[in-house]
Amino acid sequence: MTSTAWIGELLTAARPQVVGALLRSFRDLDQAEEAFQEASLRALKHWPLNGPPRDAAAWLIMVGRNATIDGMRRDSRLQPLPAEEIISDLDDAEAALTDRLDGSAYSDDVLRLLFTCCHPDLPATQQIALALRIVSGLSVAEIARAFLVGEAAMEQRITRAKRRIADAQMPFETPGAVERSERLGIVAAMIYLLFNEGYSASGGTAHIRIALCDEAIRLARLLLRLFVAEPEIMGLLALLLLQHARTPARLDDAGAIVLLEAQDRTAWDHGMIAEGHALVQKALRHRCPGPYQLQAAIAGVHAHANRAEDTDWAEIDRIYTLLERVQPSPVVTLNRAVAVAKLRGPAAALDMIEGLAVPLAGYFHFHGVNGALLRQLGRGREARAAFGRAIALAHTPAEAAHIRQHLDLLARDVRSS
Amino acid sequence: MLYAILCYHDEDVVNGWTKAQDDAVLAKRRLVTDKLAAAGRHGPAARLMPTTTAVTLRLGAEPVVLDGPFAETKEQLLGFYVMEFASLEEAIATAREIGRDETGTLEIRPLHLFVPGTLPA
Repeated sequence: MTSTAWIGELLTAARPQVVGALLRSFRDLDQAEEAFQEASLRALKHWPLNGPPRDAAAWLIMVGRNATIDGMRRDSRLQPLPAEEIISDLDDAEAALTDRLDGSAYSDDVLRLLFTCCHPDLPATQQIALALRIVSGLSVAEIARAFLVGEAAMEQRITRAKRRIADAQMPFETPGAVERSERLGIVAAMIYLLFNEGYSASGGTAHIRIALCDEAIRLARLLLRLFVAEPEIMGLLALLLLQHARTPARLDDAGAIVLLEAQDRTAWDHGMIAEGHALVQKALRHRCPGPYQLQAAIAGVHAHANRAEDTDWAEIDRIYTLLERVQPSPVVTLNRAVAVAKLRGPAAALDMIEGLAVPLAGYFHFHGVNGALLRQLGRGREARAAFGRAIALAHTPAEAAHIRQHLDLLARDVRSS
Repeated sequence: MLYAILCYHDEDVVNGWTKAQDDAVLAKRRLVTDKLAAAGRHGPAARLMPTTTAVTLRLGAEPVVLDGPFAETKEQLLGFYVMEFASLEEAIATAREIGRDETGTLEIRPLHLFVPGTLPA
């Protein structure tokens, strides 16, 4: 570790709280970001000499605020410049400030900052890009790489998203309980999308996009630290950890998808799995199951099986039934059909998904599952048609390659019969 | 004399380390701890899971279970147990029994890593 690496770590960790507090002060994203930049520069200058302050976030908020206010005064030439020492010598002021910045103000600041990025007018990908830029502090170049677009295009996208937010009226008063819970739901959805953006990637770019999963987990942890008693946020973090734990086993050396049942389970990250299990247990104590908790519980059942054949499909079917009740959706029913196929055979599963052909006509996984069930039932021609539709809808080369494997198996069935 | 060495850091920072960074820190520490282990002077050691996994039991006439870690500054860390439980519920039930008719706080936090150590009983 180089001599200033620790400063970078502290700045990254403090960023969401500091930018959130500065946004509350200035009510302007650009100004909050600039103030954070200025405070970071001063930290790089002062911390190597004086050591880290007791509370890095409080120091940065105070310095960022003062520097910006000085800048405004300088611009308006109303008052003489204050001496640098006044801004830098913060030891006493810091203690007082730390007392005043109680946890709840911090929580609402960070939530507001994340929520600001989730403006309903912005498409999901722009919300994610904005959160990565503003909350996580990733560079435009890094975000562009993760989304596989050019830097100039990403720069433009972020600028446009920011302008849209500036035009909208963002409420700055402390949110009430109902509003806070609505904001949490919207922010949780954005974090989940961010994770999926990284998780669904594959092939040669996978190593870059894993960073998106890591960042989503970091944001979910942050959110749970601030809202400790929210079972759905526990569920979200658990879900992300349990899914991310499989990353080392999801692709083979050639970059092809390895299905859950064929994965080398010893390669899973068992530390993440243990943490996921702990969070699911904690969440379920609240007896208020929501979609993230239930999905995490399902991922937990998979993680619990040391071999694919040990999977408790009856339990998975039971949890999917609960999930269908809490959040009815054709995709959930499709997933339950996979469990039903294991429990009661392909015919029962095919019956279940018959009605999904229309709502899921454009969904890659529907045609993949449909094809696999038809193949198991020996209906080769229909299976081939389903796989054909799946390939046409594949998002990545790895998805297409996976369906081609199915088609190869199908060809072998035909030859051997 | 037996001593406990307690580890504190900003968990946002430590959770942000890459696996390589994390491994490097542990390897560096092991250069020291392995020597004590070889000499039979290393007791149990543990790495706790993040505070987000913690549950806190506030003792009293009617103990209250709260989500999250112990966060009061007016009480001090005085000791700890390491025990195995089948579930969080069981851990909470045992903590209730341990702290019966007492005041104070018991925080329940799963372990990420446990080293039994080499200290003779």
